[in-house]
Amino acid sequence: MGTTTFQQPDTQGYYGPFGGAYIPEMLHRNVEELRSRYLDIMQEAGFQKEFQQLLRDYVGRPTPLFLAERLSKHYNTPVYLKREDLNHTGAHKINNAIGQVLLAQRLGKKRIIAETGAGQHGVATATVCALKGIECIVYMGSKDIERQAPNVARMRMLGATVIPATSGSQTLKDATNEAIRDWINNPTDTHYVIGSVVGPHPYPDMVARFQSVISEETRAQLKEQTGKELPTRVIACVGGGSNAAGAFYHFLDEPSVELVAVEAAGHGVYSGLSAATTQLGKPGVLHGSKSLVMQTEDGQVVEPHSISAGLDYPGIGPLHAHLFNSGRGSFLSATDDDAVQAAFLLCKLEGIIPALESSHALAALTQLKLQPNEATVLCLSGRGDKDLATYMKRLD
Amino acid sequence: MSRIAELFGRKSSRVLNVYCTAGFPALESTLPVMQALQQHGADLIELGMPYSDPLADGPVIQASSMKALENGMTIAVLLGQLKEMRKTVQVPVVLMGYMNPVLQYGFERFCKEASEAGVDGLILPDLPAYEFETEYGAVIKKYGLDFIFLVTPETSDERILALDKLSSGFLYAVSSSSTTGKDKNMADQETYFNKLKQMQLKNPVLIGFGIKDKATFTAASSYANGAIIGTAYIKALEQANGNVAQPTQQFLESILQ
Ligand SMILES: Cc1ncc(COP(=O)(O)O)c(C=O)c1O
Repeated sequence: MGTTTFQQPDTQGYYGPFGGAYIPEMLHRNVEELRSRYLDIMQEAGFQKEFQQLLRDYVGRPTPLFLAERLSKHYNTPVYLKREDLNHTGAHKINNAIGQVLLAQRLGKKRIIAETGAGQHGVATATVCALKGIECIVYMGSKDIERQAPNVARMRMLGATVIPATSGSQTLKDATNEAIRDWINNPTDTHYVIGSVVGPHPYPDMVARFQSVISEETRAQLKEQTGKELPTRVIACVGGGSNAAGAFYHFLDEPSVELVAVEAAGHGVYSGLSAATTQLGKPGVLHGSKSLVMQTEDGQVVEPHSISAGLDYPGIGPLHAHLFNSGRGSFLSATDDDAVQAAFLLCKLEGIIPALESSHALAALTQLKLQPNEATVLCLSGRGDKDLATYMKRLD
Repeated sequence: MSRIAELFGRKSSRVLNVYCTAGFPALESTLPVMQALQQHGADLIELGMPYSDPLADGPVIQASSMKALENGMTIAVLLGQLKEMRKTVQVPVVLMGYMNPVLQYGFERFCKEASEAGVDGLILPDLPAYEFETEYGAVIKKYGLDFIFLVTPETSDERILALDKLSSGFLYAVSSSSTTGKDKNMADQETYFNKLKQMQLKNPVLIGFGIKDKATFTAASSYANGAIIGTAYIKALEQANGNVAQPTQQFLESILQ
């Protein structure tokens, strides 16, 4: 592979040693149908027209690239926030949900399933299904259903059926298992809208492409605002890695741009309560792709911990595993406390309440050596409304 | 000749393969279960290696996996238990499991030790054909293990032929597009089963998923060389409070007599 592109996996869906489609035969037809058609459909003029129009008129894109002046002064370096928090439904997740639902319609699918952890991807998918009048079923771990009651209510208001995943550890990984089992049991009429750059090929590439609008806009906006072709670095939080994939996408093959991925360290990377997959994971297979996976010595997948439900995943997309492994990406981590502090700082300095996930990216600003003559872009992946209960507990 | 080939050479109809999760219902049940299955008429034994995230399995087998993991079952423990297996068990034994634990154990080490213990074949539903052909197939062959691919009603004819070619021992025909333990009507799949019969496949065919009693076993056997029972047997063991010999006898008699 050598110096080839980071953007493109090979024909089998591999980014370096990671990726592929490790699926049982029962999924083969659906995944193969998607693999053989996603690029053609995404390139159709009609598809692009509808997708772009919805991103603009329904989601509210382009999202601003905002020079956060007081935050910049605090860190003595220019920090530009890519405001994905201003999207309809409050996070970047809707970019992918719209793309996949439009694609599913063109595949003739009548039924949409999705998994969700915090509920953001579930809400985004339920939203697009309501808009398009399509049946929507969201699998959510029964523990998460308890922890994220407002998003459960949102999905129900939007007409989705929320099914509790009661197997295993009853969180995001189990919700993903249940969604995959649903797809196995409904082999013809259903499309599975995966919420991050995980899963079997072509999902990681497809979701990265739908999220790539983030860096496409960033690049143009930075040029317009500063005259600079490229930022010094791009920072994003990583659960499965979709907002990071989108924020990095058009900079992946620009070696001068530092790509900073921030994982959730929970109570501390080695505390036993962490979700820092690149630090703790080993190569393995989870949810249909080969990547880094947090697991026991015996190869059983372990339950991660993060204050942010959206980063509480024991795997990471194969693109990110490759960025980590090859050294192209810098992987940092922020603890629960770091993230909450960074969130309060942003509130005070900029009047923006960030999602807990995005707060991990903000926390990385304290760990980097930043210079006054640089340009740092930070993907503010979502807003903090959904996290108020957690923030309230920390407000002294 | 492999033990599986030898079995099908001797018996080509109503071959009964029974699945049980290793380490279920108790850690030390593995060998007693196998002995009881052999004694009461199973022709082949499929041992499940428990995994935290068994994608292709329904609730009953999932629960047995969780129980086996709680009991302390691991690949290392299982391979240790199986070292003694061939002193008492003569029927062919196939290990079924998911890629991740096997990769952690070390794929080659796993194949080597399984083969040394007298295991005859492997079913790894999430090992794709491409990776089998380019990487893992050669290792499996090196240790003389059969590898069994799955086909489903959604698998194209071309692909069935390709997967049959890659398989040895037998081909696993999933009765309907589902996870294990789902009740779907087998008669609906008649066209698919008849097609498999007409295709002159290289391997014998066993039908699995949804086979649960004498009627479904007999129906499946009319289309193929035999069938695989999993969920129904796990349920029989669940109700037995630790004793495995008696419920196994009862269960197999209800199917074979
Ligand atoms: C606001 C926000 N950011 C980030 C994530 C993490 O997902 P990913 O790593 O795919 O961007 C989530 C997931 O729920 C989210 O809601």
